[in-house]
Parts: sequence; structure tokens; C-alpha cells
Amino acid sequence: MSAPNAKSTLADPQTWRAAAVRLADGEATLASLWGDEGRMRMALAGRGGGLEILDLPCHGGAFPSVAAVHAPAGRLERAACDLFGFSATGAPDPRPWLDHGRWPVRHPLGEPVPHDGSPDAYAFLGAHGPGLHQIPVGPVHAGIIEPGHFRFHASGEAVVRLEERLGYVHKGVDGLMRGASVERAAVLAARVSGDSTVAYSLAFARAVEAALGIEAPERAHWLRGLMAELERLANHFGDIGAICNDAAFSLMHAHCAVLRERTLRAAAAAFGHRLMMDAVAPGGVRVDLTAQGAGAIRAFVGEARNAFPRLVTLYDNTASLQDRMVATGRVKAELVRRFGAGGVVGRASGRDFDARRDFSYPPYDQLSFKVQLRREGDVGARVWVRIAEVGESLDMVEAMLARLPQGPIRVALPPPAGAAEGHALVEAFRGDVFAHVRFGGDGAVARAHLRDASWFQWPLLEAAIEGNIVADFPLCNKSFNCSYSGCDL
Amino acid sequence: MRNTLLQGVLRPPLTESPPAGDDPELAALAAAVKSAAGRTLGRSLAIRHVDAGSCNGCELEIHALGNPFYDLERFGFRFVASPRHADVLMVTGPVTLNMREALKRTYDATPSPKWVVASGVCAADGGVFAGSYALAGGVSSVVPVDLVIPGCPPSPLALLKGLLALLEGAKGPPAGRASPAG
Repeated sequence: MSAPNAKSTLADPQTWRAAAVRLADGEATLASLWGDEGRMRMALAGRGGGLEILDLPCHGGAFPSVAAVHAPAGRLERAACDLFGFSATGAPDPRPWLDHGRWPVRHPLGEPVPHDGSPDAYAFLGAHGPGLHQIPVGPVHAGIIEPGHFRFHASGEAVVRLEERLGYVHKGVDGLMRGASVERAAVLAARVSGDSTVAYSLAFARAVEAALGIEAPERAHWLRGLMAELERLANHFGDIGAICNDAAFSLMHAHCAVLRERTLRAAAAAFGHRLMMDAVAPGGVRVDLTAQGAGAIRAFVGEARNAFPRLVTLYDNTASLQDRMVATGRVKAELVRRFGAGGVVGRASGRDFDARRDFSYPPYDQLSFKVQLRREGDVGARVWVRIAEVGESLDMVEAMLARLPQGPIRVALPPPAGAAEGHALVEAFRGDVFAHVRFGGDGAVARAHLRDASWFQWPLLEAAIEGNIVADFPLCNKSFNCSYSGCDL
Repeated sequence: MRNTLLQGVLRPPLTESPPAGDDPELAALAAAVKSAAGRTLGRSLAIRHVDAGSCNGCELEIHALGNPFYDLERFGFRFVASPRHADVLMVTGPVTLNMREALKRTYDATPSPKWVVASGVCAADGGVFAGSYALAGGVSSVVPVDLVIPGCPPSPLALLKGLLALLEGAKGPPAGRASPAG
């Protein structure tokens, strides 16, 4: 049985502020911060495990800023203010985040005010000194990647300050979720960040199941686990190759791309879609695994086990490549802890956290795996964590295939009992995805909030690049591989 | 490294044969495409990708076009870093209002003759995101579109067929579009 979600706690400004101080003191980690009808909500992960959810009614539209004492809350808070029209009292950065002034309305999820769509000016943070110059990059980038703006201040080749400006791919997912049926909301959740479609579908499904008080069938849990690990493998293969490519070592890129393609083909053979989009649904999974599908996955695992170790040796033994990786784009352990940065970014700087273990959910509660850590915090460490996680995932895929239980793969969803709500935390390839779903009385989704791991990783990229040369930015950026769409929503 | 390179020499290539000319999907795309880029440019097409609001699913499959299985460059296609070097804009995603101007400016920066390929159902008409306050709509609501490749996301093979259709497809620029000289 999944852990029943604790109810949220009603906060007043004083307890809200006290919670922010607990975050700042490191007694709890910020899991998310988001707006809802007339209130702000905050999810905290305490030391004892589990999540605590605070509700703060925003009388007069104002609430005490969490970012005032705890910087990691900054962008989430700015996003909530843009969408709901709240104001964060004492906020260190009052600039909008998602709202570039180009929408026909202001605060579309609060009380909408018509706007003529003329873009707002945006004042980038400054850097002053002799010989400093600015380099604006984006939103359209040179590669086949998502759009965002990077503003560099550089002294010669060295980066003095990087500031990110995102929000370009804001599609209004939260607005579309409001009033949507569970089925439609699940389709939207699967398209928050296409590279993590399984993880998002899973996070949304588990939050819905928690709200409705149901449990997916055992076989569905294991199929979900299989899909999640295949997704992790495909992305890790792709990232390891792409990072090497950004250090001009295209041989690794080509070989890793072959492994990625093999993963996607196995996924398509087993679950009917290369990215496994919409295969996980609230109540279970939509696609059952046939013997033939299992065979395709086994064949892929065999090929990966044969090819990957040789690539790891190649990576490790190429001195010119290591020269680019080692000591580049360092992230300090203290920053990772403070921001609660999950995923590869956190684990490469020694943060021992993985939602699959620390917020254990099936089938991981019945699987043994090691959370892979490095302490160096550089680009190289982020590659090594991925390499080690490939090994863990391949083991887990084999174990899941061997132990896959028989039985049904989906249960029908009962109508929600009134204004039910639930949440979930699952481990995507990038890190933990938090999902919170609140039903209205009518059985439709009243509010769905999905928080990507990248919210707490993007700010660390700004820190990682400091003092590095501009030419190493693509390398650092790729080693993070943060999501744009997942944060812009 | 020696073993890895040696295996590359000794093993047969992974690259798969291109879709046949009588492939029904290719034929359908060729019939829908509004211009035969090949007639103007020969077998060489520089493509600039623009994500105008995608979930990143389409980007993954566009990336896959470059892997050894599909090996896009054997057809004369290549992805370029600047719209100034491009013949084709491959646009993904529903166009968000926050990206509309960037897409328009990228289009304006691309020299004529140029073609626009809208990749994926979102680029076609907004897809599952249609109706949101934050969207301009499909790509054709911002720049003229020559070809739509359906899919969520379009598979690499579907993308490949679309690009081949664009190159070898139909019958010259349609009325109302600038002539290649323009």
C-alpha cells in the first residue's frame, strides 16, 4: 500500500515564516512552492522522511516571501506571483519570471487582468569592473535544444556572472490542467517535459492514486519501473555522448547515440512508443508487456552490457577528454545541499538523495540498488554518476524482467471523494519530480502542480560556470542538462 | 580506442536503407508539400531547428536523425547553427507567445529561398496545448509553413520522409509565396 498522503496544514504568516527559517537553517528541504486559489502552498521534506504541506491563505494577495530568507525558493515564488497575481512581501527579486509581458492577460490563474501583450523590459543583474563585457545568448540556441536566454558577463574569456532568463516555452500547462478530466490532465502531464514523459506520467498517476486512495496493481508497478529505467538509460546514454561531443570527442557521441537508439527501439517494441508516452496512466499502465516485448528488452540489455564497458574505458583513457572534464564547472556540496538539488547534479556533489530510495515506492521498495555518489562536483563527476547509474539501471531492468508478477495492469478510478488531494515524489532521470493534484467537487482536476528537478539545478549552473571560460559553458550546461519546458510549463 | 575503431571497420554499418520512393507515407508527404527544394538547391539542404515551445520530445527525435541508424547527412541534409546559413527552418512546438517574436526574427534572418517545416502535432495546430492563453497557435499562425510532419513526436523515420519529400516533392512554389529569386 502506498503511504497515505498527510493532509496539508493551515499556516498563518508566522508559521509560514518559521517554515522558511527552517529551510534556511537546513532543518528541512524545499520540495516545492506553488500558488493555488487564494493561497500559497509549500511542500517541505523534513529529516524524518515524508513531506509536509503548508497552506497559507493570501489575504489581500500578499504573503511573506520565502526567498527573503531561502534563495532556492526565488524562481518558484516569482512564477507563482506571475500566475496568481500574489505579491511576496520582502522578496529579494521582484522581477517577473514566467510572464514576459507577452500574454493577453496578467496573472492568468488568479484574477485575470487584460494586457495588451507588449513585452516588459527586463533588467539583468549587473557586473561592473574594467574590461567587462556582456554576451547575450538565446533564446534561439545554436544546437537542437530548447530555448532560453543566457546573459554572460565576461572578463576576457572568464565568466564573471551568468544569469539565466527562462519562461520562453511557457505553454500555460497549469491553466490547461484546471478543470480537466483525469484523462486529459494525464496527457498534459506526459508532455510537461518530453524526455521525462514516463516519470511525469508516473508522478501524476501516483498523486492521483494517493488522492483517490487507490493502488495500482502489482504488475503495473513493475511495468512502470521497467519503463522508468528504460527512460533513464536512454537519457543517460544520450547525455554521456552529448557531453563528450561538447568536448569535441564525437566518437563517444556516435557510440552512445547507438545505445540510445537501441534503448528507444526496445521501448517501442515493448511498450509501443519510442519515448513510452502515455504508457503510464492513473490506475496502472495502458500497455502490457508481451513475451516478445520482454525479449526485445533482454536483447537490448545484452547489447548494452557488451558495448558500454568498452566505451567507459575509452572515456576514462582519453587524456584530452579528461582534461576538459576534470575540475570544470564545479558545484560545491554546500550549495547542492542548500538548494536540495536532486538527480545527477546533486549526487555528483555528494548529496545522498534518490527518491527511489528515500521516498521509496514500488517496485523500488523490493529492488536492491545503490545510490551512486561522487564528491568532486565537476563535469567529470556528473558523467561518472551517469555511467554508474547506467549499470544500476541495467541490473534493475534484468531483475524486473525476471521477477515481473502476473495479473491485471490497471484498475478503474473511483470518483474522487469531494475535494480530495494527493501528492507524489518520483525519481526522473534528472532528479525528483514532485506532483500535487487537487480535485474539485465535480470530479475534475481543480489544480495540478508539477515541479521539475531543474528548478533547483538551474540556479547552480550559474554558480558552476563562475570563473570558467565561456567556451566551457556548453560542456557545463550539457553536464547539468536541465529542462526548460519542465520549468516553464 | 583501437578495439572500438577496429570493430567499426570490421562490422557492417548500422545505417539503414533509406525509405523507398514508393513509400506511401513519403508519397503522401510529397503530395502535401508545397515546394520542391531540390529543384532550386540540388541535393543539399541546410536546416535550422527552432524550438518555439516544444516539450522537448520532438528535439530528441530530431537529434536521433544524426545517429548512425538514420545518418541524415548521407542525403545532403545538415543542421546548421545560424538561420543565416539555413534553407529550411524546422520548427517544433506550439508557438508560445514568449517565443513568437524569436521565431519571426529567425524566419526573417533566413535568406530566401526558404522553406518551413512544422514538426509534430503541436507545431501543426497547438496539439494538446491548443486553447491556452500563453500560445500564438500552430507555426502557420506566425510564419508560412510548407510542410507539416505529424506525430507526437514524429519518429526519426517520419522526419526523414518529410525532409526527403521536401527535397524531391511536388511542383514548384505555390501562388502567393515569394519566388526563389525573391
